[in-house]
Amino acid sequence: MARAALMDFDEALERFEPVIGLEVHVELNTKTKMFSSAPNPAHAEFHGAEPNTLVAPVDLGLPGSLPVVNGTAVRYSISLGLALGCSIAESSRFARKNYFYPDLAKNYQISQYDEPIAYEGSVEVELENGRVFQVAIERAHMEEDAGKLTHVGGATGRIQGAEYSLVDYNRAGVPLVEIVTKPIVGAGADAPALARAYVATIRDIVLALGVSEARMERGNLRCDANVSLRPRGQEQFGTRTETKNVNSMRSIERAVRYEIQRQAAILADGGTITQETRHWHEDTGTTSPGRPKSDADDYRYFPEPDLLPVVPDPALIEELRAALPEPPAARRRRLKGEWGFTDLDFQGVVNAGLLAEVAATVAAGATPAAARKWWTGELTRIANARGEDPAALAEPAQVAELAALVDEGVLTDRLARQVLEGVIAGEGSPREIVDARGLAVVSDDGALVAAIDQALAAQPDVLAKIRDGKVQAAGAVIGAVMKAMQGKADAARVRELVLERASGGEG
Amino acid sequence: MSEISAEQVAHLANLARIALTDEEIDHLTAELGQIMQAVEKVSEVATPDVPPTSHPIPLHTPLRVDEVGDVLTVDEALEGAPEHDGSRFVVSAILGEEQ
Repeated sequence: MARAALMDFDEALERFEPVIGLEVHVELNTKTKMFSSAPNPAHAEFHGAEPNTLVAPVDLGLPGSLPVVNGTAVRYSISLGLALGCSIAESSRFARKNYFYPDLAKNYQISQYDEPIAYEGSVEVELENGRVFQVAIERAHMEEDAGKLTHVGGATGRIQGAEYSLVDYNRAGVPLVEIVTKPIVGAGADAPALARAYVATIRDIVLALGVSEARMERGNLRCDANVSLRPRGQEQFGTRTETKNVNSMRSIERAVRYEIQRQAAILADGGTITQETRHWHEDTGTTSPGRPKSDADDYRYFPEPDLLPVVPDPALIEELRAALPEPPAARRRRLKGEWGFTDLDFQGVVNAGLLAEVAATVAAGATPAAARKWWTGELTRIANARGEDPAALAEPAQVAELAALVDEGVLTDRLARQVLEGVIAGEGSPREIVDARGLAVVSDDGALVAAIDQALAAQPDVLAKIRDGKVQAAGAVIGAVMKAMQGKADAARVRELVLERASGGEG
Repeated sequence: MSEISAEQVAHLANLARIALTDEEIDHLTAELGQIMQAVEKVSEVATPDVPPTSHPIPLHTPLRVDEVGDVLTVDEALEGAPEHDGSRFVVSAILGEEQ
């Protein structure tokens, strides 16, 4: 694949204004599929099922089978629509999107076209640099996911070279909500970061609602990024491309940035942008052309004759509205105030993706400062060294317990780090590890005094210096005592006792 | 307005994966043109205050309770497949992409 010419990002921004549009697909974690009672592989209980074991006749489009709408999927869709600030349609209907591809056995996908369940919303998105955007939502509609194809036998493994494909229909019929933004104008150089922050906000919203597992690496959350450029001062939008297959937060930012640079180079050279689907390649950080973008007309949408309109009870909508969680941006503002963090400290937690962990640790009883310290400090350090996510290493409740042990004086910071290692190794709760490893601080003054007297006796010159008022000389004794106690002593208490023993030793 | 071109018929045939000879395309172009004219009569009576009807009977969709029901066994699922590998359907490589 020939590498496309790219314009320097800053130069591209000087000459052109980017306009982006984002489509996010959310797999709902209902127990069953959108239109059949087969188990839903996007539900925690059914992860990793063998191919074609979560399939009912409806999912294969077998003759005589008829779809029946999953009531919970409708409730989840309404909740999500409301959380996006959308209006909920009094009546919405399903439509058939016709296309021939073996990822759906029916040769059509049941989706919503001209009457989506939710429309006209707005989401507040805050960037890492503190800039806040209101992203306008065009619509959120219900549809079904398609099956999974594995291409086999091609020399390169790419679709064009494949000799045959294997189809697993477990994913066919998984309930999806597709959220479509209106064109986002005015982000300028922040466009790539905004795309990322928007998807992160959608993830936060669906997690707070509990309607999806929202794991991008598992495909629970998928983003298509539309990007176009228009020369500065021009009103009309340029031709857009749609980049698919963008499966991490970081990739979204990179893909938008790449398309801005690629399109700018073409336009500056007098070329034109082809309206097309492009594929994102994580390894090379580039996009490559896919099929020319089909006209919506080519899908020959028509109202789904097998299903009647969805008309939710207004009382249900109000019930779901009343149960909405706090919006992510508002929650962040509230937590920042409650925790009393500086902008820098708070942003550090947010940027590290540890807000939920710190909040849960505080909820489990830790002070905000201690929760922040453990998550952004030791846990992040260990996670980085292992190439893992800090959240995967420990539970918030365990971190809170660890902080409590330090507060109670049972552990010093140093001992606490050893306990944390045990927690990460799965040895049990911090208290269990303290007991099992015998890590508690020696708080028995008798034992400390004995060690101090021994150390003072071994270093008579130090004793003399302390008595001469050279208090800093005590450091050597404290060090010796800490060593003798294998670090299991509170250094401040040892210091107190050393000075006490040194001065009182005369009498 | 109701004209339909041979190119449009060929495009539709392609979308529907129907192979047509030039002769068939000519034949169908004439026929589809007539059908469109007939359908167009509707627009003579449809005014902006007549909403399009997709479902003539005012019923709402029943909603299913989210409880797991029966699934096919793998053998049952693959029973109608022209080709399979014991757990998945085998299809010829398609020069296209996921929608």
